[in-house]
Amino acid sequence: MSKIAVTTSINGDPAEFLCDAGETLLDALRVTMGLTGAKEGCGSGDCGACTVMMDGEMVCSCLVLAPEAEGKSIATIEGVAEGSVLHPVQRKFLEHGALQCGFCTPGFIVAAKALIEKNPDPSESEIRYWLAGNLCRCTGYDKIVRAVADAAAEMRQDQNSQRTAA
Amino acid sequence: MPQMTFHTPATHDEVAALLAASAGARVLSGGTDLIVQMRSGRNAPSAIIDVKQVAGMIGVRMSDSGFAIGAATPCTALLNDSALSAAWPGVVEAANLIGSVQVRNRATMAGNLCNASPAADSVPALIAAGATCVVVGPSGTREVAASDIAVAPGKTSLAPGEFVAEIRLPARPARGGDAYLRSIPRTEMDIAVVGVGVALVLDASGTCTAARIALGAVAPTALLVDEAGAALVGSKLDDAALEAMAVAVRAAAKPIDDKRGTAEYRTAMAGVLAKRVVAIAAARARNAA
Repeated sequence: MSKIAVTTSINGDPAEFLCDAGETLLDALRVTMGLTGAKEGCGSGDCGACTVMMDGEMVCSCLVLAPEAEGKSIATIEGVAEGSVLHPVQRKFLEHGALQCGFCTPGFIVAAKALIEKNPDPSESEIRYWLAGNLCRCTGYDKIVRAVADAAAEMRQDQNSQRTAA
Repeated sequence: MPQMTFHTPATHDEVAALLAASAGARVLSGGTDLIVQMRSGRNAPSAIIDVKQVAGMIGVRMSDSGFAIGAATPCTALLNDSALSAAWPGVVEAANLIGSVQVRNRATMAGNLCNASPAADSVPALIAAGATCVVVGPSGTREVAASDIAVAPGKTSLAPGEFVAEIRLPARPARGGDAYLRSIPRTEMDIAVVGVGVALVLDASGTCTAARIALGAVAPTALLVDEAGAALVGSKLDDAALEAMAVAVRAAAKPIDDKRGTAEYRTAMAGVLAKRVVAIAAARARNAA
């Protein structure tokens, strides 16, 4: 069985792995690379627990074949915090109690961070539509939506104070 | 069983040759249907042909005659093209009702067409807009109406070795407008119970001079309902013309009962939705004057 060699970048670091033609990016990340943050919920693109960024766009890594990662830049939940400093979205999820079992959380965090980077001041309905592809069976979503709005507000304030300081 | 292979051809000819070489070869662009089918066991390709490295497969090109959309262009990329979004908002909106943002960052309209689901959201909008597909195969290139791609649920008219390389949309006519709406029980992440795409043209006095109305999820393939369009032509979209259009829509609808809706509901809803979509398309046509 000949494997396909893939050269890619994961969370800013060059990475190489071997995979089968039909293997998913999610399996390559979790099994081969040991990055188990992204989760497999449904395996069919409905739940978003496997959300990662590929060349700056969020995708379901269960619906990407691992060989497609060749030459791409992949960002996963493992790269969201800077060392021990949590990203504001992660901190706000904790402060608001926006998780219970935590299985969907990595996907929500990656998706929410992508939203705020694209739209720093999302309305509640923009947050809900953007996160429609992420399912949570514990929280009922309200706390997640509040955590994302709060994180966006804090990040806007930080940007403003940085601008004032400069 | 021989091992599945993965290919990244660089030219149309290479894609056609790889597809023709093995009956089990499948085109991969966004993968949002193919990979789901592979994982559920419904589809076991002998070879996967990733077409995204082929020149022109990703991106929108505008010319005097209209738009050429590379077949592997993801739905969200259509939103970023302001000229396309201004000319064919109904098509761009329909493509961006499919799945979630994660899915639309990968999914393509050509894939939506070739997956041949009766409920595909972008297909009625493309048919209404008069879209054509550039189909490339071992014996050359042909241009096919979007309405002629799907022939039955999951089945297309493409011959062995053929694939869709490009979707073409005409330039928007003066005082033209298009729109698409679907009916679903939720607000996102669902499959159309009924979908209606409309493209129409008004003259300076507001009289309808051309109208194309296409239905999704009410028959084995999306339907272009000529009688519905004809019911609007010559009218100022008054209530009588709209009702005649809705009668033609309900007559053309041949839906099934399933878990998403009954045939009776789908038929009634098709008429209701068609009136709403005509109103949106007409407002756009007036604004485009």
